[in-house]
Amino acid sequence: MSTTTPRPVGTAGGSTSRRRRRGPRTWLAALPLLVFTGLCFGIPLGAMAFGAVTRTDPAGGATQLTGEHLARSLQGPYLGSLVGSVQLSALTATVGGVLGVVIAQSVVTSRSTALRSAALTASGVLANFGGVPLAFAFIATAGISGVLTQLGDLTSLGWNLYSFTGLTVVYLYFLIPLMVLVIAPALEGLRPQWREAAQNSGATGWQFWRHVGLPVLAPSLLGGFVLLFGTAFAAHATAAALVGGSVPLVTLKIADALSGNVLTGQENVALALGLDMILIAGLVMAVYLPLQRRSARWLR
Amino acid sequence: MAAMTPTATSTPSEAGAPAKTARSRPRPRIWRGAVLALAGAYFLVPLVASFVFTVHVPGQGLTFEAYTELLAAEGFTRSLLLSLGLAAATIALSLLLAVPALVAVRIGSPRLRPVVEVMCMLPLVVPPIALVTGITTVLRWGPEHLSRTPLYQTFIAVQNESFPVVLVLAYTVLALPFVYRSLDAGLRAVDVPTLVEAARSCGASWPYVVVRVLLPNLRASLAGAAFLTLALVLGEFTIASLLGFQPFAVWIVSISGAQARMSVAVSILSLLITWLLLLALSRAGTNPTTTAATTSRKES
Repeated sequence: MSTTTPRPVGTAGGSTSRRRRRGPRTWLAALPLLVFTGLCFGIPLGAMAFGAVTRTDPAGGATQLTGEHLARSLQGPYLGSLVGSVQLSALTATVGGVLGVVIAQSVVTSRSTALRSAALTASGVLANFGGVPLAFAFIATAGISGVLTQLGDLTSLGWNLYSFTGLTVVYLYFLIPLMVLVIAPALEGLRPQWREAAQNSGATGWQFWRHVGLPVLAPSLLGGFVLLFGTAFAAHATAAALVGGSVPLVTLKIADALSGNVLTGQENVALALGLDMILIAGLVMAVYLPLQRRSARWLR
Repeated sequence: MAAMTPTATSTPSEAGAPAKTARSRPRPRIWRGAVLALAGAYFLVPLVASFVFTVHVPGQGLTFEAYTELLAAEGFTRSLLLSLGLAAATIALSLLLAVPALVAVRIGSPRLRPVVEVMCMLPLVVPPIALVTGITTVLRWGPEHLSRTPLYQTFIAVQNESFPVVLVLAYTVLALPFVYRSLDAGLRAVDVPTLVEAARSCGASWPYVVVRVLLPNLRASLAGAAFLTLALVLGEFTIASLLGFQPFAVWIVSISGAQARMSVAVSILSLLITWLLLLALSRAGTNPTTTAATTSRKES
């Protein structure tokens, strides 16, 4: 491509000087973005990490390094909230991932393009329908005086929306569409020719999935699971509007410690919990991003 | 494919179709129908039930008060306008930062690409609640350490109750991964270096190239990025509530105690608005995407 450039431009000398000038100029165009993220993302994160590992004496103003906040964030109710969040995220990501794949497969293999585009549009909207409105929709549906609860007398069946199970059902409402969105392109990327080739070579349906389908899909599947896990792990608004404090979740504990009038030292524990969350989410993303790159090789 | 697929599909229509295909054809249909019906029920029931909840008062019958009283409700227009204003500012800021950076990375500085990608993707690793712990820490520096410096005024201005700039900054950070993804996909679909070289060879200036050549080709992904950002800002609860501001989502929660019906009604409306926006934007962006996608596929 670069060899074609000089020819249309009259003189070769002019074009090389222009190309030399283009380097630094384009570099400058990326600068605002890098400066912005450095300032508005880097400084708060730095402040959080700093606050998580230091203690400032309120009287003297002296700051010293301490592991106390991190240690406290891994004890008692705080540890319980971290474990609760991980459990809820793992459960919802597994169930949502499986159901999302099943739905996406039945949408993708359908001949009706109207159904496909409708389902994908709906997934796009529903995946964004987390947070507060979702919590209220479920309170109206399956809360204590919700429509379904009254109709089906769910309370006597042991149903409680404001519990771990209830939260799972609510989270699945935006996690399943998210999985459909993530996995549908991968399922579409399974070319019908591959299946036909396998069938022509005498492979059964199971053999096709075992040796062709799943290996090609594996990175996308794992990546989707990890994305769902991260989303559920970071979710706060839905849980805050729904259960308040009855289910131990780390996001709720942080919000309590930040906004509640608790002991002053709690603020630093909130920072430490934030750091814990980032470490867990970072691990999760460290799995996700390379996987996504691998799956991009097959599916384009 | 043209030779293989039609034979596979035409088999069942023949009168003496082999038993194997006759058995395997209808099974996926039933399975697919059951899956889609169950999924449809799961995703529709909360919506229908919430609507019923808002219009049906037990013992009184049908009433649309929850909707009619909405406009007069204390804080409704103020919080909605605040959210819309924040969304507009966030969209403008994130696109102004991301578009030049991504275009520059495509045409002039490919070595910067991993840096820009990591910078844009990092916010995915950090849950909003962890980011907000850092932001509160930084905001507390204002009164604590900087009260005698000009920076203090900035800290005050950034937290202006009527238009909190700090939220715009935080939302831009949160939106960057989505904006990056959308723009990157759009840029991948068009051959940027060739377009730019062609336009430059014809004597177009750099601003002309960006505004008249690149941006029209990116219309769909710009619309997608704007939509995702809008949805994100309209639904955002965590950061705003913990920093003590009252945009739309925070307002819904604040009225839920006293006016449960109205909070559910607003939740339904916000879903409908999101849906309509998505449809409008996807229609606006259809033509460029489809043409770009088909041409790029032909090339590859």
